[in-house]
Amino acid sequence: MSLYYVQKFLYELNRNDATQVAYAADPHGTVEQFGLAAGVQNLSSQEQQALTEPDIGLLYHLGVNGQILMHFAAFHGIAWADYLERMREGIRTHGPVREGVYAMTTQVGPATQQGDH
Amino acid sequence: MTLVFAGVCSHAPGITGRADLADPQLKEGLYLAFDELRARLEESRPDAIVVVAAEHFANFFMNNMPAFAVGMADHYSGPIEDPDWLKIPKFTAPGNRNLSQRMIQEIMQTVDVAYAEEWLFDHGIAVPLNFLTPKFDLPVIPVNVNCQGPPLAPLHRSWAFGEAIRRAADSVPERIAVVGTGGISHWPATPDSGKINETWDRDFLDRWCRNDRAQLLDYDDLTVYTEAGQGGFEIRTFLAVAAAAKGAPGTVHYYQPIPIFAVGCTTATYDLDPNL
Ligand SMILES: [Fe+2]
Repeated sequence: MSLYYVQKFLYELNRNDATQVAYAADPHGTVEQFGLAAGVQNLSSQEQQALTEPDIGLLYHLGVNGQILMHFAAFHGIAWADYLERMREGIRTHGPVREGVYAMTTQVGPATQQGDH
Repeated sequence: MTLVFAGVCSHAPGITGRADLADPQLKEGLYLAFDELRARLEESRPDAIVVVAAEHFANFFMNNMPAFAVGMADHYSGPIEDPDWLKIPKFTAPGNRNLSQRMIQEIMQTVDVAYAEEWLFDHGIAVPLNFLTPKFDLPVIPVNVNCQGPPLAPLHRSWAFGEAIRRAADSVPERIAVVGTGGISHWPATPDSGKINETWDRDFLDRWCRNDRAQLLDYDDLTVYTEAGQGGFEIRTFLAVAAAAKGAPGTVHYYQPIPIFAVGCTTATYDLDPNL
């Protein structure tokens, strides 16, 4: 599991026209190629699936930052209200955000130190 | 010369991108406030505008994330987002590499900033510029404070950065404007998008106007996250401008929660020495 590389893939896709063309033509191949290039931090099959389907709700649950995710949704032609709804659906289906900045509230508790995010 | 203008405004992408979904009256009110802010900025006759922004993974990512970065190029372009999504057409904005270098040199006396010779503006800079310099004819010095990928620099470092920006502005012959951009409380791009903690915002703006360092630094990220959302981390840009204004009193010209824009939309300025 690698939230870092899932987000890195989306970051590159969001800002790189050539990656967008490649992804549009062959999402599986493009995601797989990225995972291989990332080496030992290979993307899990769940992550690859979320990036290719695309499964916006799952990506949100995995912890992808909305500032990256909203552009990925727009790239797939998903309207704003639908984008928000898919994230909610992801939480209903998979549970609270697993890691990353949005997991901060689930860590709020007596044993939690600030900065543990 | 010195700092001739210090202000803040919102930068949410919905302000332009989802303008057609907003209540027309609210939208018009905000656009008018931006027009007024532009008039104030123009009145100060700046030679360059330093935009202290909080970008959103457009140029900086967790592979090499600077706490603070300053642009150092003669030209910048944007928006990095799909222009049809942001509803801001592609543009090129002038920079001033030489001025950037001189300011960075001074800033580095106290804050170890990263510099960047290329920079694609995202909505954090493109939305404010779209209103404040609609012809993209004023040299821009883009500045970024990491407000997205924790660990984030502590607030007192944002303050120190703002002080350094002021020193740098005072050390060059040019007339410098500083504009901080960010949300106050907001939960952008999440299922809670549209949630706004108006009470928290008004209290923060009150502190900002009083420009009291101790009060403005009396926040911690966990509480900010709980009460003001992860978008609240962007108060770092407001803090830097407060420090740059060196204790000058501030005025909020406009504040209005607009949920479809996902933020309490704000324009505010510091009352710097009128003889400048
Ligand atoms: Fe922002």
